[in-house]
This record gives sequence, C-alpha cells and structure tokens, in this order.
Amino acid sequence: MVVDLDRCTGCEACVVACRAENNVTTAGEKEAANGRAIHWIRVERYWEGDFPETRVKFRPVLCQQCDAAPCEPVCPTYAAYHNDEGLNAQIYNRCIGTRYCANACPYTVRFFNFYNPVWEKPLHLQLNPDVAVREVGVMEKCTFCVQRINAAEVQAAAEKRELKDGEFNTACVQTCPPGALVFGDLNDPASAVSRLSRSNRATKLLGELGTKPKVTYLELASWRDDKAQSG
Amino acid sequence: MFIQPPGMPVPMRSNSGTTENSPMVTETTNPNDAERMNQDLLRPLLRTSTRFYVAVPVLGAIVLAAVGAFAYQVWNGIGVWGINRPVFWAFDITNFVFWIGISHAGTLITAILRLANATWRRPVTRCAEVITVFALSIGAIFPIIHLGRPWLFFWLIPYPSERLIWPNFRSPLAWDFFAISAYLTGSLIFLLYPIIPDWALVRDKTTGWRHRLYRVLALGWRGTPKQWHRLESAMHIMAVAIIPVAVSVHTIVSWDFSMAPVPMWHSTIFGPYFVCGAIFSGIAGLILAMFFLRKLLHLHDYLLPIHFDNLGKLLLMMSLLWFYFIFAERLTTWYGNETSEMAVFWSTQRGRFAPLFWTMVFCNFLIPFPLLAIKRFRASIIGPVIASSTIVVGMWIERFLIVVPSIANKYLPYTFGSYKPTWVEITLTAGTFAAMGLFYIFFSKLVPIISIWELKVGMHRTLRVPSPSSAIAGQPELTLQTDPRTADH
Repeated sequence: MVVDLDRCTGCEACVVACRAENNVTTAGEKEAANGRAIHWIRVERYWEGDFPETRVKFRPVLCQQCDAAPCEPVCPTYAAYHNDEGLNAQIYNRCIGTRYCANACPYTVRFFNFYNPVWEKPLHLQLNPDVAVREVGVMEKCTFCVQRINAAEVQAAAEKRELKDGEFNTACVQTCPPGALVFGDLNDPASAVSRLSRSNRATKLLGELGTKPKVTYLELASWRDDKAQSG
Repeated sequence: MFIQPPGMPVPMRSNSGTTENSPMVTETTNPNDAERMNQDLLRPLLRTSTRFYVAVPVLGAIVLAAVGAFAYQVWNGIGVWGINRPVFWAFDITNFVFWIGISHAGTLITAILRLANATWRRPVTRCAEVITVFALSIGAIFPIIHLGRPWLFFWLIPYPSERLIWPNFRSPLAWDFFAISAYLTGSLIFLLYPIIPDWALVRDKTTGWRHRLYRVLALGWRGTPKQWHRLESAMHIMAVAIIPVAVSVHTIVSWDFSMAPVPMWHSTIFGPYFVCGAIFSGIAGLILAMFFLRKLLHLHDYLLPIHFDNLGKLLLMMSLLWFYFIFAERLTTWYGNETSEMAVFWSTQRGRFAPLFWTMVFCNFLIPFPLLAIKRFRASIIGPVIASSTIVVGMWIERFLIVVPSIANKYLPYTFGSYKPTWVEITLTAGTFAAMGLFYIFFSKLVPIISIWELKVGMHRTLRVPSPSSAIAGQPELTLQTDPRTADH
C-alpha cells in the first residue's frame, strides 16, 4: 500500500470504512478514554511550527505488514504469522492474548479486545458476514482486507485469469476521497503501487528499525526537512 | 533407630572407612545439645500458637480476595485491569519479574554457599530454598492469569495436540516456559532431598497421625551410610546443576523485554542486570523471612547476628552492583541521545515516572548503602532488616519502571499513553504477598524450617577435628570449641 501524505486531508473516511468493513467494535466513550478504542487505521495529527505559523500534518497509520515483523517471532502460539503472500496474518483462534505482539510492534497498530464486543441494535445488522468477529482476550489488527483479496483471487481463478491491478481495493482505499491511499501488488513491478513506491517522495515509517514495512509513505522532501529542523 | 547423620557425609572420606568412623562420631554427640536442638526445631511442628490462628485467616482472606478478583477478571474480560493501548503489560508482568527475582533468594545462593563450603549457611539453607519454590510458583502464575484468554494457557505447553501445532519456539514466552519449569523442578529436588532425613527424625519423635504422615514423607529413610552417600552425591550434583539454571531463568525473563525492538527494552545489558537485580531482591527477601522466623519461632539461638551480618555483606555487594548496572544503563542511553530512547529516559528521570524512579534509587541504594556498609548497623540485625524492606519495595518499583515507561512512550508520540492500576490488579498483587506468607507459615508447620541434620553435621565436624597438640598434652580432645551453627570445619 502507498499512502500519499501530500494528498491526505485528514477526513478519517478511511477509519469509518474500515470499521464498517471489518466488524470493528466500538469501545464507547468511557473505554475509549481509557485507551481501549480500536481503530485498525488511524489518522495521526501532528502540529508543526510555532503559532501563528502552524501547520497540521496528517498521517494515516495502519499495520505496516512488515516483512521483518517484530510481532511475529514473539507470539508463542503462531497467532501472528507470515502467510505465503507476505501478509502479516493474525489468526484469532490461535490467540491466547499474551499481548506480547502489541508491545513489540513499533507502530502500536495492534489492538486488543479488553471485553467481549457488543453491537447495539440495530448495529448488529450491518456486520460483514465475510469477517470473523473477535472475542474477548484476542488481538486484532489491519488485515489489508484479506477477505477482499481472497474473494478476488477466487473470482479470478474461477474465470481462469490473472488478477488485474486495481481490480479490487481495501475498504480504506476504496473510500479515500482525495485518493491518498493506493493498494496493489508489490510483486508486480508494473502495478500502480509499485510505481509509486519507487517515487522520490517515498519513505518508510520508522524505516530505521529495519522492519521492512510494506506500506510506503509519499511526502514532499520539504516537509521532511521542516520536520528535521523542528525536531 | 539410627537416623542421626553419621558425623560426616560419606564422600568426604574413603568409602571403606565409613563404618569404622561412624560409631566414634555418634558417641561424641553431646546428647543434651542434640536433644535441645530437636526440641527447639521440632516445636513449630508440634505446637501451634494463637499467632498462627490469627495470621492464617488474615492472609487466607487476602489470598481468597485475589482469587475472587481473578474470577471477576475472567468473567468480565481483562478490561477490568488498568492496562490499555499502548500499556499492554503492567502490574502483571511486574509481579511476574519481581517474584521470579525473589526466587533467586534460595537455591542459587545456597548452591553457591554449599559449593564454597561456607558452613555458616547451615541454618539458612532451608528457609532460603523454600522461598525459591514458593516465589517461583507465585511468579509463574502471572504469565497464565495475565492472558486475555487464560483458559487456553495450555497452548503454551509443547504437547502433540489435535491442533497439530507446536508452540512457537522463537518466542521468548516459550523459552520462559522451559526455563521456569526446569528451575522449579530443580529447586524442588534441591529443597526436598535434604528434608528427607529431617522428616525421618520427625517420624521417630512423634506418635499418632503425625507419625503416620511423616512415615510416608520420610520415604523409608534409615540413615544407612549408603543413603547418606546418595544424598550427599545428589546434593553435590544439584548444587552444580542449579546455578546455570538459575542464571538462565532470569536472563530469559529479561529477554522477554530485550528481544522486542522497544526503546530502553532492546538492550544487551538486560541479562546480567536482571540476574543481579534478582539476587539482590532475593537476598533482601531472605533476610526478611529470617527475621520473622527468628522472632515468631524463637530461633534466636539458631539464626544469629552473624548470619544477618554475612548476608548483609552479600546484600551490600549486590546493592553496589545494582547501582553500577543502572548507572551504566542510564549513562549510555543519555550519551547515545537516540530520540525514541530519550523519550523513555526523560519520562523516568524527570517526567511522569520520576517520583517512582527516585524512590527506587533511595530504596535500593541510598538507604541500604550506609545501613549495610557501616559495620555497627550491619551487625545489628535491624540494620539489614530495614535495608531489606526498602530493597523489596525498591525492586518492585524497578520492575514496574522497566515494564511500563518503555511501552508508554514507544516511538510514535501520537500513541504515547499512561497507566493507572485498578483494584483488581492491586488485589492480585496483595494476594501474591499474602500467598507467600501463607505458604511459608504452612511449610514451617510441616517441615523443620532449619535443617536439623545439617546443623548436627556441623557440630560433629567441629567435634571431630583432632587437635594434635591437645592430644599430645593429654588434654580432653573432644570439647565443643566452636559454635556449630557458624563454625568452619
């Protein structure tokens, strides 16, 4: 996935779309204040500069689907594991809730079910039948909408053809009004996401940690320079 | 029935000489001393004071409250704890590391003292080793009860299951399982083997149900030279084997943290730092336990000021070592000035966690150091006891400060968080301390808390030292020249 920070307006439509697609539970006002809210994708806001010359920067952060993911080796039950397609998968049924993966994750994009999830009526009617709901004590995180990937693959296989670039998208990408999010196959050098991640605006979030994230952020060098000066 | 140790355990001399020497040794026993020792040390097993009937319900109620809190947590979900995102571990892992640390009180220290032939250890060994077993059991509960789905804890155990999946052997939590179970097994053996001769003594000194109980527990101990020989060999093997196991346990506990790329966790110093802290808090726990035993079971003649003095010296050394480690850790972090680490560093040095940090430095170094360095305080019993109390508190805070500030200030400032415990976690923590007290009380009612036969061996050894000069001068050779409880042979 590619996230174009120069396009992001911070509207948080991606957050809402993800919630609807992936049966993410709402923690409620009180529990959210206690740090129990679940957002598989979040939009981080950073203010830069001194008043009155301030700028706000938005950065959507989701699971970076690292190639060298710190969350995977620490899980004692293989709940966090690397699947054949290079996705950083989370198998809810295997998870016993040590929460070690969440501590090891530098991006803090893993979320824990502190209570059993509840959907107040009529919210239960909008649950996505393609996505499992997670019970108490289980870790969850962005899956890159694996249910959509699988559905598209099954469809392509049925039609005896290869998957086409842009044939399907994750919920957040589909929703993003300014088109700041781009999804595709990094193994295909011709795909839009591959071309963009070779852009000279491309950076990795916390790339210095060597986690080899599969999410690329595009940002103008000027912002990075500003950040270096202010930070 | 011959259950007295034949003076000296067999391997110390040639095997052929065993039978010749034994009668001489038993003759030299001062029957009054041995009898008094039996009386003093068996008294807690035979008589129960009102203090027992007060302490057990109080501690038992706290333990039951903790069990209730755990049931409440299972019923409602672990959200009843104060943990949140990003602080996914807090009191649970603090207690885990703390109690595993306390468990280094016994087995490791007594194994080293046994191998070093420090004979003053004799009255100290058993009350130290039992701390290991209980503290380890209490600590090992936390990786289970802190799970989001604790009812599935057995998935951590490698067994061929219908799930057709092994635990992930790359996970430090799986290493924990092996390290802790090896240490628990080893220290149980280390504790139980030398109890057998004492249980045989209790069997022979009692009647009724106690006699029947201890007849089973004594496992048919007759005190034959062969049995003594086997006991001594087993203890030698265990003493050597348990030291690397003990060191590895706390190293692996430290790797739970240092394997993760988290600021101030990901550190090569953590292995030795944790082992040092473990022995440090362990000795402090041991001194406190000895103090209570001495007071409550009237063991003034057995747990002497010299024991507190010697353990105080060890504690002083560990306090200095601990301070060295934390100084080295903090200095290299500060000098390296890496952005993400400095966020954690400043949150402990002068930020939200600073009050805890400086309390810890006071409790672990500034208060104990003068109390233990100045001989007058150290030799006074109360000096090491005060130092130990502050160290136990300080080390608990130290564990908390290792776990929480790092994950509360991890990389992206947008996700920084904080932590406040709830009553559930506080009750569970109180329950661990109460459980330790309760287990200890029950143990001291079932087992002589001071190893009677080892004391007697010490006494015999003193008596058996032939003094050539006195023999020549024709003086009586076999007088009790040194105090058997502290004597070197």
